[in-house]
Amino acid sequence: MSALSNLLSPDRARVLAELRAQVAGVEGEGRPPNVLPFGIEALDGRLAGGGLDRPAMHEVAAASPTLGDDAAATLFIAGLGARFAGRPGASAVWILTQFDLYAPGLEQSGLGPDRLLYVQARDDVMALALAEDALRDGSFAAVITEVKVADQTATRRLQLAAADRSTPLLLLRRWRRAARDPLDMPSLAATRWRIGCAPSVPLSHPGVGRACWSVDLVRQRGGKPFSLLLEACDDQGRLALPPPARLRAAAAGGAAARAA
Amino acid sequence: MPRGGGWRPGARWAQDAALTKAQVAQQIATLPAHQRPPMRMLGRRSEAVEHPFRAMRPDEGGGAASPTHVGFVAQVARPLVLIERVGQRDTIFAACPVALGLGLVPGMAAAHARALVGDLDVRDAEPEADLAWLDRLALHAVAHWTPTACRAGNDGLLLDVTGATHLFGGEVRFCRRVLAFLARLGFTARIAIARTPGAAHALARYSGQPIVRLQPAEEAQALASLPVAALRLESEALNAAARFGLDRIGDLYSMPRAPLARRLGMKTMTRLDQALGRVAEPIVPVVPVEAPEAIRRLLEPIGTAESIAQVITDLVDDLVAVLVERGLGVRTALLIASRVDGADQRIAIGASRATRDPKRLVRMFALKIERIDPGLGIEAMRLVVPRSEPLGAINTGTLLAVKDEAADLAPAIDQLAGRAGEEAVFRLGLEQSDVPERAVRRVGPLEVPAGWPRWTRPARLLRRPEMLTQVMALLPDHPPRRFTWRGKPYRVVAGDGPERIHGEWWRRSNELWAVRDYFRVEVEDGQRFWLFRRGDGVEPETGDLSWYLHGVFG
Repeated sequence: MSALSNLLSPDRARVLAELRAQVAGVEGEGRPPNVLPFGIEALDGRLAGGGLDRPAMHEVAAASPTLGDDAAATLFIAGLGARFAGRPGASAVWILTQFDLYAPGLEQSGLGPDRLLYVQARDDVMALALAEDALRDGSFAAVITEVKVADQTATRRLQLAAADRSTPLLLLRRWRRAARDPLDMPSLAATRWRIGCAPSVPLSHPGVGRACWSVDLVRQRGGKPFSLLLEACDDQGRLALPPPARLRAAAAGGAAARAA
Repeated sequence: MPRGGGWRPGARWAQDAALTKAQVAQQIATLPAHQRPPMRMLGRRSEAVEHPFRAMRPDEGGGAASPTHVGFVAQVARPLVLIERVGQRDTIFAACPVALGLGLVPGMAAAHARALVGDLDVRDAEPEADLAWLDRLALHAVAHWTPTACRAGNDGLLLDVTGATHLFGGEVRFCRRVLAFLARLGFTARIAIARTPGAAHALARYSGQPIVRLQPAEEAQALASLPVAALRLESEALNAAARFGLDRIGDLYSMPRAPLARRLGMKTMTRLDQALGRVAEPIVPVVPVEAPEAIRRLLEPIGTAESIAQVITDLVDDLVAVLVERGLGVRTALLIASRVDGADQRIAIGASRATRDPKRLVRMFALKIERIDPGLGIEAMRLVVPRSEPLGAINTGTLLAVKDEAADLAPAIDQLAGRAGEEAVFRLGLEQSDVPERAVRRVGPLEVPAGWPRWTRPARLLRRPEMLTQVMALLPDHPPRRFTWRGKPYRVVAGDGPERIHGEWWRRSNELWAVRDYFRVEVEDGQRFWLFRRGDGVEPETGDLSWYLHGVFG
């Protein structure tokens, strides 16, 4: 009875989280935890479950149809996949229709060649079917799918499959036309992200610093949207907050000096 | 006398001293009839003389086959014939070349042959043993020469050597090798290589040469002079053809199809089309008898997907029992559904790792059930495992669960490969090359490839580097300040580089001096690109200093 009244109380999310933690404790430690935290307080604190749900679908799209933003979204999703597949022996699968990934670049975001299996589909419909197969099988630690079109029926099926087998589905929505935002259409994803390139933090010496991304959480289930500026994935797939402006090294000169 | 001392009867110089025509005629008239010289000996050639040893024409009672080489063998070897019992009498089933040379042909009565040739070696024919030999040879061919081979009729083998002969050094060497192999076994053989099984069949049996190789699109020409029997026709069709005077295949070409089909039967036309390559004639390969197999014959023809799935489940259960008994696992399984109309429907599945898990096999077949066309119904289904591997017992579970046990991906990979195709599931691994587009190699989905060196690399690589225009850069080793790509100008705010990559001179001669200097640049709005310049900026032969965009960093 007290639990019920607690449920009706305003801090319902906190109580639910506690209950979930208790249930997870009862269920045993053999299974991986159901939430993957980013390890960044500014991010985890604003996400509903304190991180990304494992048995759920997450959508990522580039902020604009430029290739740079597309690559940023790709690396963001690769970093997520790498952290979902962080256990030794775990493997992620990347389902795509047109192969233009560069595997050495993905390895530098954490998805090494021994942890990533590629499946090339003929078209988007087949890619979605393959994603559902991979989810239903349940032996992959993460399923990454890049498609241009996915209607609501398809996303519902995928969301259900992901929830059934407790496998995260990371759906990379690529831009089809310049005027059409891929996140316009509603979908059943737990979180929807929009990733774009941002200027990197200037270095004190000539050269390009660690890449920065503008990370927009457009929609999340049970939480509010927000946007942040984050540093790109390192070789373990971990994001970071850029240092506050007062701690940054003063750039050695103008842009010309940095490009030298 | 003319030079050389040559003497020619009837020459003018010789006639002077010789007898006159009238005297000669008088002398001849005095001789008895049997001693009179023929006209030919008198120097006159007004009449054709029959060659005393000429064979009789077939329609006058002579043998159909022309005598083959008898030569030396005939003097030492004893003629040998094999006889079989047809009804109440023994007839010759096969004859050796010596016997053929003596006029003993298959189909002749054995008593007749014994009467003709005194010293005849007669043995009983053993058709079953012959077929067993051919089957063994077909299995040998499947195991050693080509995966697609079968017995052709009662006296031949059909091999699909497409893509197999280069392993033996070409078609000619392959043929010689097969002939030598058969010679060691004590067989003589003739080989024909053609584009269609029909043409190869005809040429191997009727061309008379040990090795015939037919180039594509030469079938019609090569077959034209062969007898109609070379087309594998039924005896009625052969009789009909003989009645209409069609004895060469070439005679059929010019005939209009419809009347020909009415007279010789549709089957004849099909055979002709098959020989000429107008109609497909698939070879049904022999499957080594050791292959595990399960078969279900159905009481009623079935046609629905559910019933087919049920039969597949039953077949898989039967098969798994066989596999367990023999300690094998499936790598490739072939499901053959025999329809009521005699056509076979086949679907195949492949497993990336040997398995005999019934659920997994059923699931892989379930993906492909829609490819079966049941037609009027399926009356029997057969499940064959052409490729299997030893598979021992597997520990399926323990009480003490292992926490960090890696999941077995093989079932998932098979599932994905069943939907997308074998080629579509892969991993990428290191190729030992510094050139970016060559550094990645596809490997199998179950291999564990090695990683790449820690040089900064983009997330996506353009299929071909795209040329940049209006590039402003300091030479030799500064990144560009501005450039234009796909019609849009970019201003660079920061850059790293150069990373110099040399051409691989051992691959192509024009890469001997080639150099690419790679730069990683960040433009104003935060996009990061991977550019390169051809040439090191100092030596002109290293490149023309043009700039390209090759990849995009996140």
